[in-house]
Amino acid sequence: MMNLLKNLLAWVDERFPLTSTWKAHASEYYAPKNFNFWYFFGGLALLVLVIQIVSGIFLTMNYKPDALFAFASVEYIMRDVQLGWILRNIHSTGASMFFIVIYLHMFRGLMYGSYRKPRELLWIIGMIIYLALMGEAFMGYLLPWGQMSFWGAQVIVNLFSSVPFVGQDLAILIRGDFVVSDITLNRFFALHVVAIPLILVLIIVAHLVALHEVGSNNPDGIEIKKNKGPDGHPVDGIPFFPYMVVKDAVAAVAFLIVFVSVVFFAPDMGGYFLEYNNFVPANPMKTPEHIAPVWYFTPYYAILRAVPPLFGSQFPGVVAMGVATVIFFALPWLDRGQVKSIRYRGPIYKAFLASFVVSFVGLGYLGLMPATELYTWISRVLAVVYFAFFFLMPWYTKIDKCKPEPDRVTSK
Amino acid sequence: MNAIKKLGMLVLLMAVPAMAIASGAGVHLDTAPVNLKDQASLQRGAKLFTSRCLACHSASYMRYNRLTDIGMSEEQIKKELEMPEDVKIGSTMQAAMDSNSAKLAYGVAPPDLSVIARSRSPDWLYTYMRSFYVDISKTSGWNNTVFPSVGMPFVLADLQGEQALESEQHEGHDVKKLILKTPGSMQPAEYDAAVGDLTNYLVFMSEPSKLVRQQIGWIVLAFLSVLLMLVYALKKEIWKDIH
Repeated sequence: MMNLLKNLLAWVDERFPLTSTWKAHASEYYAPKNFNFWYFFGGLALLVLVIQIVSGIFLTMNYKPDALFAFASVEYIMRDVQLGWILRNIHSTGASMFFIVIYLHMFRGLMYGSYRKPRELLWIIGMIIYLALMGEAFMGYLLPWGQMSFWGAQVIVNLFSSVPFVGQDLAILIRGDFVVSDITLNRFFALHVVAIPLILVLIIVAHLVALHEVGSNNPDGIEIKKNKGPDGHPVDGIPFFPYMVVKDAVAAVAFLIVFVSVVFFAPDMGGYFLEYNNFVPANPMKTPEHIAPVWYFTPYYAILRAVPPLFGSQFPGVVAMGVATVIFFALPWLDRGQVKSIRYRGPIYKAFLASFVVSFVGLGYLGLMPATELYTWISRVLAVVYFAFFFLMPWYTKIDKCKPEPDRVTSK
Repeated sequence: MNAIKKLGMLVLLMAVPAMAIASGAGVHLDTAPVNLKDQASLQRGAKLFTSRCLACHSASYMRYNRLTDIGMSEEQIKKELEMPEDVKIGSTMQAAMDSNSAKLAYGVAPPDLSVIARSRSPDWLYTYMRSFYVDISKTSGWNNTVFPSVGMPFVLADLQGEQALESEQHEGHDVKKLILKTPGSMQPAEYDAAVGDLTNYLVFMSEPSKLVRQQIGWIVLAFLSVLLMLVYALKKEIWKDIH
């Protein structure tokens, strides 16, 4: 029997790089052994992707992308489809969880300088994934066809119409209509279930290929490849399989415990994962008093509202919001620090990173609130802090007093 | 130590939405006595709902036979809820009045109530149904402190009686208070309990799976906890030679 399997494997290997791929990406892919808590979130993001795709497939079997039936079909899933309520709660929880995991994954990159040379391209591909994910979430949010789905989409698409000259045409191109309508719902459905998931999977594969080419960073921000043993493998590295796989599995189960706690005990999450107003069917004739995007977009939404209009046009705010999103792409070239990891950075970088976190969380909170004068002013201050983190980076990372990096990785 | 700091940060991140909930403004809402385990209360609420609300409001995602979930037999549903002869037990709950005539009568089409307890909070519903008062300036003759200028006339007036909104001096402030002027067929406490049953039912109807959701949740959590211990033991075993 063993012989038969061995022969089969040899037969396959002559025709397909099975064993060599397994070795290159698992059994002989060496990862730093000092990974800490923050290194779980990449793997968890992959887990959430799988959860979303699988639950999404089953939802698609029962959902109707039609302005007349969309809202009712979601309730049909919640009531009449066998275990449909679990699928729906998993998918809506997964959307928010995806962003929690991705934000923590990105924050890890900021802390340990994971975007620095030689991982610039890895970071850029990751940022493209983030943008695609935002598109995926935005379009998916229209599908339940509640009031917040409709008016949220209306507000966001209208932002594009503030672009000078081509704005109106651009907004019509996105909607396929003069207002958000059945046509918009249909095309968002197509993009949400086919186009963007395809792109996402492809660039996630590219992200992993790029990662395995350069190797993982680690909490010390030093290159383990510089210190190889007589066997040619990094001294501070351990094979991804089985070590990292089993470690990530522990994290995955722990994460699932949090995940199902939301799914079964608090699927609305106090109106943050499922907004209360979205249980009112979309009504184009009735604008809700207070329109707020879902929490994961609110930091950018707060920046948009913080910028005063110019000649009655919202365009400067839209530009600020756009810059706030894509500025991350420039990080590898903004950072001039001598070390990568926060462990060996000086106090200035730490202070800037801490204030950035405060501004991001603070803006996220303010973006959920009605725009009062006081809140708008706080948003302005926080937006300045947000941008200062990036625009002043070439300066403060250069003058910051760094500690010497160790030769070998450390475990704290 | 480091782990504690990280935990603290996560707690902080989680606390932000909680603060947002706490800062919700508006009128004071009484706490609704929601208890989905109380089948008698849910059944009383269902009866009140079908006899009073269903005249104008539909619950078009709710099927009559789903009431078996709250302990009613199909016979009971048909008889006690006085289902019309031509309506099948598996049908959804439709309003007796069609929505166009309702719109003509009240100015707005009465909203479908299937998921009302998910868009409005249970506390809101509970307070709303106890906050109607006589207001002759309105076409319906009724107004509401929770939902000012509401289009709906007070259909439970025969039960609660008629309230009036009166100003009272309280420590130098003008405080508006609802005073029961003409009593209804129910005592105030009785009426509150009835509205509590109705609210309870609306919560059930907005998400029938809620009855089993948490039970299944505990089973899933128990399974994952055992799995976590096993996977953790496996990790320990495999990692024991890594230093």
